[in-house]
Amino acid sequence: MKNTFARLAATTALALVATAAAAEEKVVVFHFFEYMPQALIDKFTAETGIEIVMDTYDSNEAMLATLKAGGMGTYDVSVPADYMVKIMAGEGMLDEIKDGELANKGNIEPQWLDVAFDAGRKYSIPYQWGSTSFAVNRDVYQGDIATTDILFDSPAELAGKVNMLDTQGEVMAMAAIHMGIEQCSTDRDQLKALNDMLQAAKPNWVSFNSDTAKEVLVSGDAAAGMIWNGFNAKARAEGANTEYAYPKQGYIVWMDNMALLQDAPNRANALKLMDFLLEPENVAILTNWTQYSAGVEGVTPLLDEELRTLPEANPPADAGPGVFIEACDAETQAIYDRIWTALKQ
Amino acid sequence: MAAGAVGGSSASSTYREARGWLLLPAWSVLLFFSLAPVIMMLVYSFLTKEHRGGVIWEFSLAAYDQFFLDRGLFGDEPPRIQWTYIAIFWRSIWQAGAATLMSLAVGFPTAYFIATRPAKARPLWVFLITIPYWVNLLIRTVSMKFLLREQGPLNDFLLWTGAIDSPLQIVNTNLAVQLGLFYSYLPFMVLPIYAAVERYDFALSEAAADLYASKWTTLRRILLPAVKPGVVAGCILVFVPSLGSFLAPDLLGGARNFMIGSLIEEQFKGNAGNWPFGAAASMILLTLVLLLLLAFARQQARAERRS
Repeated sequence: MKNTFARLAATTALALVATAAAAEEKVVVFHFFEYMPQALIDKFTAETGIEIVMDTYDSNEAMLATLKAGGMGTYDVSVPADYMVKIMAGEGMLDEIKDGELANKGNIEPQWLDVAFDAGRKYSIPYQWGSTSFAVNRDVYQGDIATTDILFDSPAELAGKVNMLDTQGEVMAMAAIHMGIEQCSTDRDQLKALNDMLQAAKPNWVSFNSDTAKEVLVSGDAAAGMIWNGFNAKARAEGANTEYAYPKQGYIVWMDNMALLQDAPNRANALKLMDFLLEPENVAILTNWTQYSAGVEGVTPLLDEELRTLPEANPPADAGPGVFIEACDAETQAIYDRIWTALKQ
Repeated sequence: MAAGAVGGSSASSTYREARGWLLLPAWSVLLFFSLAPVIMMLVYSFLTKEHRGGVIWEFSLAAYDQFFLDRGLFGDEPPRIQWTYIAIFWRSIWQAGAATLMSLAVGFPTAYFIATRPAKARPLWVFLITIPYWVNLLIRTVSMKFLLREQGPLNDFLLWTGAIDSPLQIVNTNLAVQLGLFYSYLPFMVLPIYAAVERYDFALSEAAADLYASKWTTLRRILLPAVKPGVVAGCILVFVPSLGSFLAPDLLGGARNFMIGSLIEEQFKGNAGNWPFGAAASMILLTLVLLLLLAFARQQARAERRS
């Protein structure tokens, strides 16, 4: 018995020492779920000796809520989408990256350098970008899918089998695209029409799921569903006969960005991670895995041949415009919240 | 108690003197983990919401107003009763009630079975009941979804036996949510009933049988009243967490089974970011549960006085 305790104590002591050693060099990442391959994490640790400690979330809003509820000062970086970078910067939650702090800043593609949500890239670097629309199971429906009618005025074959993302921003933006109205519109007639349209569309929806958006398509629980483009490529790789749509009315474009958080406990290491994620070689590993697109120069030649010709990553010529999600002001948002709650209940 | 006080046995006075400071850890834990969060919630529910999460420290009734009054899509119509949230609450009560009844229907015979095994075998049966609950609730709920889905094992089995011609649509229905809740909280029903039945003196049943009571009458008039506290405890332990659960409704319920737990979750994690409203909905839920329990306790007390 004594022996056991002694051994236990020794092991505990060892574990403590090990943790302490690791704790010296780490970077704490607050990240979207399933969004960074282990190979890349290991490569960063091998090159820099810095350990990546990761917590995950399933929506931008959940990330914001966690940080607001006392998460600041715990994490070094998080990965907000375009509109969320703007919100977080506006709330003073992001730390400025000063000139010269990022050696590889010049690798950012020019079109992603001076973006509306982070002019001059003061707070963030591109992580991945892609699109959101929907995918349809081709075994169930063979007709034209390049239209948002699939979601909001579903053909008979898909009625009652559509999964919607459980995020207000993406559903509302898609609905606005479907109706051809402005996002965050405050026009009363348009809002009433939007509300009526969504209520009429709801009987065709089977579920609201974001974190299982891919699984419900693979398993056949849903025959069509809103999804991010890279996730549909993964669904196909898992055996689903689904086709990703680029509707003629338009689709959502998003860019996820790695942003430096205010009060980052390991700021220097966070900057090293950002520099690491601006190296074309590393971004290529990430992009080949996520099957989205990179915002860094020199990545394209390093991508898998398959990805360069991937239907999900290459919009057809007749696709509608890609638009970013807009963040509405407080007063307008209250109206959209009411529409959303009425839709969900 | 009275005898101890009069007799002044040294042991009890020792305990009494020590009681004050020895209970301090227990009290502080209670205060910190039970009372403080509830008070915080109560305070937050009366504050002004900040856009996209957070609160502004200004008194406001807006959260309760939003819960009870419908001022139209644009918030400027004359107020009417808001049925949206009442409907969500009603659905939750209904779902939790159905799950509780299912648990009772399965849990009572199970507990009775275990309690009537030889004393040596009982711990093994209790142990077996708890094994599935070593697995994370999320994983068990997802597994449930896999079992129930259209191309899942349950439907495959029923099709194979010829009991059905086409697969049953269970996932994304009310029934799926009820099954999910039932499965999540079943041990909370079995264990208290088992504890009660185990203490029950089966000589009473034998006596009833000797007096020509039928098995049904013995169960209804002798056993059930004796184990009632266990049954009640089980029902409360299943009903209350089911009411606020959001995992089962989110994963199994689909687009038409929104429950209180999901409504509250959305206020904190979703786009709405309306913390005071989330807090208010939680307070209303808490009040509702408290009232139910109080009403029940009073009825119990009255029944006891009668007997």
